[in-house]
Amino acid sequence: MSLDKNDVRRVAFLARIKVDEADLEPVAQDLNNIIGWVEQLAEVDTDGVEPMTGAAGMVMTRRDDVVTDGGDPEKVLSNAPDRVGDFYTVPKVVE
Amino acid sequence: MSKLNELTIAQAADGLDKGEFSAVDLAEASLAAAEAAKGLNAFITLTPEVARDRAAASDARRAKNGALGPLDGVPVAVKDLFCTEGVPTTAASHILDGFTPTYESTVGRNLIDAGAVMIGKTNLDEFAMGSSNMTSYYGPVKNPWTGPGGEDLVPGGSSGGSATAVAARICAGSLGTDTGGSIRQPASLCGIVGMKPTYGRCSRWGIVAFASSLDQAGPFARTVEDAAILLGAMAGHDPKDSTSAPHDVPDFRAAVQGGVKGLKVGIPREYTMDGMPAEIQTLWDRGADWLKSQGAEIKEVSLPHTKYALPAYYIVAPAEASSNLARYDGVRYGLRVDGDTLDDMYANTRGEGFGAEVRRRVLIGTYVLSAGYYDAYYVKAQKVRTRILEDFTKAFDDVDVLLTPTAPNAAFAIGAKMDDPIAMYLNDVFTVPANLAGLPGISVPAGLDKDGLPLGLQLVGRPFDEETVLRAAQAIEDAAGFDALPKYLGGQG
Repeated sequence: MSLDKNDVRRVAFLARIKVDEADLEPVAQDLNNIIGWVEQLAEVDTDGVEPMTGAAGMVMTRRDDVVTDGGDPEKVLSNAPDRVGDFYTVPKVVE
Repeated sequence: MSKLNELTIAQAADGLDKGEFSAVDLAEASLAAAEAAKGLNAFITLTPEVARDRAAASDARRAKNGALGPLDGVPVAVKDLFCTEGVPTTAASHILDGFTPTYESTVGRNLIDAGAVMIGKTNLDEFAMGSSNMTSYYGPVKNPWTGPGGEDLVPGGSSGGSATAVAARICAGSLGTDTGGSIRQPASLCGIVGMKPTYGRCSRWGIVAFASSLDQAGPFARTVEDAAILLGAMAGHDPKDSTSAPHDVPDFRAAVQGGVKGLKVGIPREYTMDGMPAEIQTLWDRGADWLKSQGAEIKEVSLPHTKYALPAYYIVAPAEASSNLARYDGVRYGLRVDGDTLDDMYANTRGEGFGAEVRRRVLIGTYVLSAGYYDAYYVKAQKVRTRILEDFTKAFDDVDVLLTPTAPNAAFAIGAKMDDPIAMYLNDVFTVPANLAGLPGISVPAGLDKDGLPLGLQLVGRPFDEETVLRAAQAIEDAAGFDALPKYLGGQG
């Protein structure tokens, strides 16, 4: 499989990363080099093999469903670009 | 006596205990060395006020109640991927402009609780993506070792600043993170010790995430014993990280002196790589002889899927990164670049805020996770990862620890390999498998190449058996007697 300009445009949109029209072709080549290289994985027999999703090898533990933190709006808002009272003000993100 | 910034952690602790100098003296020596070494660009932010406050508090504590332990009053540097309360945290990315955490990472908190004195936040590859420290928004780091013609070399990466700070004798120890080799490879290239513990040994809470199933924090130091001291303070269960292991922390420092008599050491035959310099093979053979002469039994083992580890990693890690880095959207913190629509604002912010390597990996990750490609790439890579783990599990039926080279080359020139991503990725060919399998690994300086540059040997152990890894590492350190010094030492040119 290899990517063309349209694939790069689609992936760049999915990733929300601006790629200039003139860069689509070079980016496609760059990604194809890497994709072509990782395709050697097809040689490995993985029939009946379970995918490994993590390295921890442990069962997720549970804790009581109680509030353990919070009540500190100043800390939460300290990196906010703008605020009104105890609320973030941000660009409209629901269109 | 050596200058204070040149002491090891064990020596500094000893001197503090005997009252030969104070924590403030140590902090001032490290801060002066850091200032003098500014040309190496090892730090993104120096924190002299934090250092002086913590050092003074350490001296007061010691005078009143005695020291908390061997790290009380010892200067350390922290990779700028760990969130630090009240101190800017950049991940070496433009996109985190202006971000100052209001909390401390758990590992950072553990070090503060042990009395360690942070002198600054070290430079790294952007979001820890790189093997040369060249992808930092804040510019490359210079290795304190220089080439045969005096040329500047990379320190490796991604924890290049942390490795340089310790190698240049700015401080005795530092914190790094290792997702595919980002502690062990720079340790090898800078002639120091670097350890990636078992996945789950150290909490990931408060560390800027790259690839969550691979990321693990670990120490840099100049001796195996110092690395053990640091790891002992960093490690431990943390309820705030659901992948943090609920295991007690052993006495790593005591384990170091265990010796290797009767230990079974595996030499994986697949780690002999085409084009690898002969001197690396020679050093590897010598390492096996060193362990054998101290009573270890050397056995050849096979890890048949080794060659597939790096390509599997370059699917799994970018996939996880594309997901983790989705949070940088220009809305709530960090950089924002406006646009005509909401999508334009996102794309402009991320297009400008991420550097070339981060954009490359997010695009690859997005592609391998996208509809129609998910099974062919992502699930396939996860299945190969299972195969790689099976290889290790089988090998550890026969042996207790594995010995390999750390990296296929010594430090290279600043700017080299930048136009060939796969050549750069190959730097991690020997370190990536331990990340995929979640195993502990360490790099120990073992010798010099023909150009007088350091080379490391790697030891990899069973999950949560850092103690065996450390005692084998100590045996290598004892036999190698590595005492070569880089051209640049803290406080002198």
